[in-house]
Amino acid sequence: MADLRSNFVGIKSPNPFWLASAPPTDKDYNVVRAFKEGWGGVVWKTLGEDPPIVNVNGPRYGALHGHDRRLIGFNNIELISDRPLNVNLQEIKKVKRDWPDRAMVVSLMVPCEEQSWRDILPLVEDTGADGIELNFGCPHGMSERGMGSAVGQVPEYIEMVTRWCKQYTRMPVIVKLTPNITDVRYPARAAKAGGADAVSLINTINSIIRVDLDQMAPEPTVGGKGTHGGYCGPAVKPIAMNMVAEIARDPETAGLPISGIGGIETWRDAAEFLTLGAGNVQVCTAAMVYGFRIVREMAQGLSSWMDEAGYSSIEEITGRAVPNVTDWQYLNLNYIAKAVIDQDACIKCGRCYIACEDTSHQAITAVKDGKRHFEVIDEECVGCNLCVSVCPVEECITMEQIVEGTDLRTKKKISTDILDWNSHPSNPMNTGQTE
Amino acid sequence: MKIFKTSSFGQDIDGQSVEANFADLHPRLDNSNAIIEAAKCLYCYEAPCQTACPTAIDIPKFIKQIQTEKPEDAAITILSENIMGGTCARACPTEELCEQVCVVHHTYGAPVKIGELQRYAVDALMAKDEKHPFEREAKTGKTFAVIGAGPAGLSFAHRAAMFGHDVKIFEAKSKPGGLNEYGLAEYKMADDFARRETEFLLAIGGIEIAYDQALGDELTLEKLQSEFDGVFIGVGLGDNRSLDIAGADLKGIQNATDFIAQLRQAEIKSAVNVGDNVVVIGGGNTAIDAAVQARCLGSKNVTLVYRRGHEDMSATGWECELATANGVRIIPWAAPHSFEGDEHSRVKIAHFARTKLVDGKLEVTKEQIAIPADMVLKAIGQLYECPALSALEMRGNKISVNDSYETSLSGIYAGGDCVATGEDLTVQAVEDGKQAAIAAHQWVMG
Repeated sequence: MADLRSNFVGIKSPNPFWLASAPPTDKDYNVVRAFKEGWGGVVWKTLGEDPPIVNVNGPRYGALHGHDRRLIGFNNIELISDRPLNVNLQEIKKVKRDWPDRAMVVSLMVPCEEQSWRDILPLVEDTGADGIELNFGCPHGMSERGMGSAVGQVPEYIEMVTRWCKQYTRMPVIVKLTPNITDVRYPARAAKAGGADAVSLINTINSIIRVDLDQMAPEPTVGGKGTHGGYCGPAVKPIAMNMVAEIARDPETAGLPISGIGGIETWRDAAEFLTLGAGNVQVCTAAMVYGFRIVREMAQGLSSWMDEAGYSSIEEITGRAVPNVTDWQYLNLNYIAKAVIDQDACIKCGRCYIACEDTSHQAITAVKDGKRHFEVIDEECVGCNLCVSVCPVEECITMEQIVEGTDLRTKKKISTDILDWNSHPSNPMNTGQTE
Repeated sequence: MKIFKTSSFGQDIDGQSVEANFADLHPRLDNSNAIIEAAKCLYCYEAPCQTACPTAIDIPKFIKQIQTEKPEDAAITILSENIMGGTCARACPTEELCEQVCVVHHTYGAPVKIGELQRYAVDALMAKDEKHPFEREAKTGKTFAVIGAGPAGLSFAHRAAMFGHDVKIFEAKSKPGGLNEYGLAEYKMADDFARRETEFLLAIGGIEIAYDQALGDELTLEKLQSEFDGVFIGVGLGDNRSLDIAGADLKGIQNATDFIAQLRQAEIKSAVNVGDNVVVIGGGNTAIDAAVQARCLGSKNVTLVYRRGHEDMSATGWECELATANGVRIIPWAAPHSFEGDEHSRVKIAHFARTKLVDGKLEVTKEQIAIPADMVLKAIGQLYECPALSALEMRGNKISVNDSYETSLSGIYAGGDCVATGEDLTVQAVEDGKQAAIAAHQWVMG
């Protein structure tokens, strides 16, 4: 059995699955239930200064459903914890005492003033919590008050607040980043410069999930009006993974521990984040949709995959795919692949044909010998993978590399040499330099 | 598979259960199930389902419209090709048409429920009780006579009315709908659907129906030819095949179509007489409809006897499963031999001879089976029979029409079961009527 134990910036947990700072971690009742189901740790829902904030009393959530009504995206307009600071602190202290083997990280958001941070940090430290996470990501409500993503969008503020925290507490400091920014590497670099022990990302994405066409207002609609909310769930995973990988492969932040967040719902999602550089993962939406018990599938799945693939620890997986994440300019332009349709598996729906014919390269037949027949025309196929993407049958269409002979489309001989854009003869600024 | 409340171990069933048996066989899909079902559709290129549909409904389009929560738009997509999409959704042998070729078979193991989705859409539109969704073009001043208010005649009339012509339908019976009204199993057409659908169709305007008007001395083809610009014949099949064997005239022996029609017209189904031991002869959907409905009425033993093998039955596999699941015993490879009566000349025993295939030909053997029977329902097929139309040329034993549905007489068109364009199905009749109207319109407008 693979060892799922996690040591993230010195915070130990029995597995790398933490619940992200969000409604599921707002109070002891929920957190204890989560621990009973096997979650490795939690990031307690963000604490602020008293008096506590006030939430809307109407709908807080909106959903994007797939055609089968499975939830693929989710957004919310809930704010940070709306309970008194002291209530939260007492509960954190009790839960940590009762569950010493689980990670207990406390999310914080107070105004961008040194004194505010200086005041709250000792209170958190007193609970026995393992670390803090600075909420620089929340994109709605709090940002209008100069907190949350309003801080996360200004690298200088990130660095400043991180430095205060490092100065006033011995606890590890994790800086949670907002994706609502053009280049996530800048806030990550700022966090590192401020002395952060780690970054966690992504927080939710600014979004309007749906418009109520009767009320002519965004959903969730509160009294006839709506506001942008934070988008999360499986739909945001690709965005989150890219941001994690960008930080992991940035020479300035390479090695900075990352807690991966964004649409993680299965063991595979978690494994992917880990390979792109995450040291552990945080989950919220999946728990909110399916309940805490999903961690069992996630943990067991990750463990059995590690066994099958021959990995024995989380550290072995972390960052394993990072060396293969590169810039477009370094991709091998001599690599030739073409689609192949398995005629026995083909169900003859014709989706590959119409996609290719209407929108791409006219490289698939619709009829052969008077019969409905879908076959790739190698003379036209550029290997784009669109047909693979639209085919409803898994592995019916595959991309096969052509390793020798001639590319029937370009009539050029297949070369085994690596040729990227920098050294490509068509590049007017050919530098001859490769990665 | 619906399991009715039927008699078991010779027990009677009460009247309430009988009435409940005749309720809707498949209740309409609810919104979430319809949307989830619609999501299974792969939106195929040149979709096989559309090609398989005799009326060529744009099935991927209407399913996409259901998926995007526009069932009424979906209904218009359906009805613009098939004005009786509601009946077809209920009665079409979809497993041999659209659903048979649905490629989702290969991914989910079952096709998209196209028939049920079609019903979901059409019912949504009809429930709205709004203005008829199709408009008539400007009046042409041309008139058409239609003989028969069955699916073919009504389909012709609707399309002709859309073109701006005025149509008068002459119907021999006292109600419109033809086999939709008289010939399909009650539980397929529950809640008076045939009547409601006809009312919906007629709402386009420009169509008048004269009832109890059979062709004969008063109403002749010549008369209609002289009084109207054109004529459409949709008389269906007039006659049941006869069974010329000993005892065939005994009491208790009747045509399955008459039994079904009687049931359809009965206000109280449990008041319809049914035997304790019913023998149905035939292997088509009419035979199944008769057999299953006999069980629904409380018959204790229902045996369906067919002269060839299971695989030769024209009833669909699903229909056969419905029958066997509801206690109908199916005996293949047996041909009717004779009927034995009691002292009141009432059928008592039906004798069958075992059959077998010899060099591909069906042969009767000496081995016999005797089945107790107090009711025999013959479902051995119907024939076209209409002496009043003897002026028309025939092809085989049906009215001959060309590619434009025109008969041997100019300006006289025909469609539905009385011509040989395809299977004898409602959906084919609707297509015939539609195409005949398109051709007749071009002809009459010169």
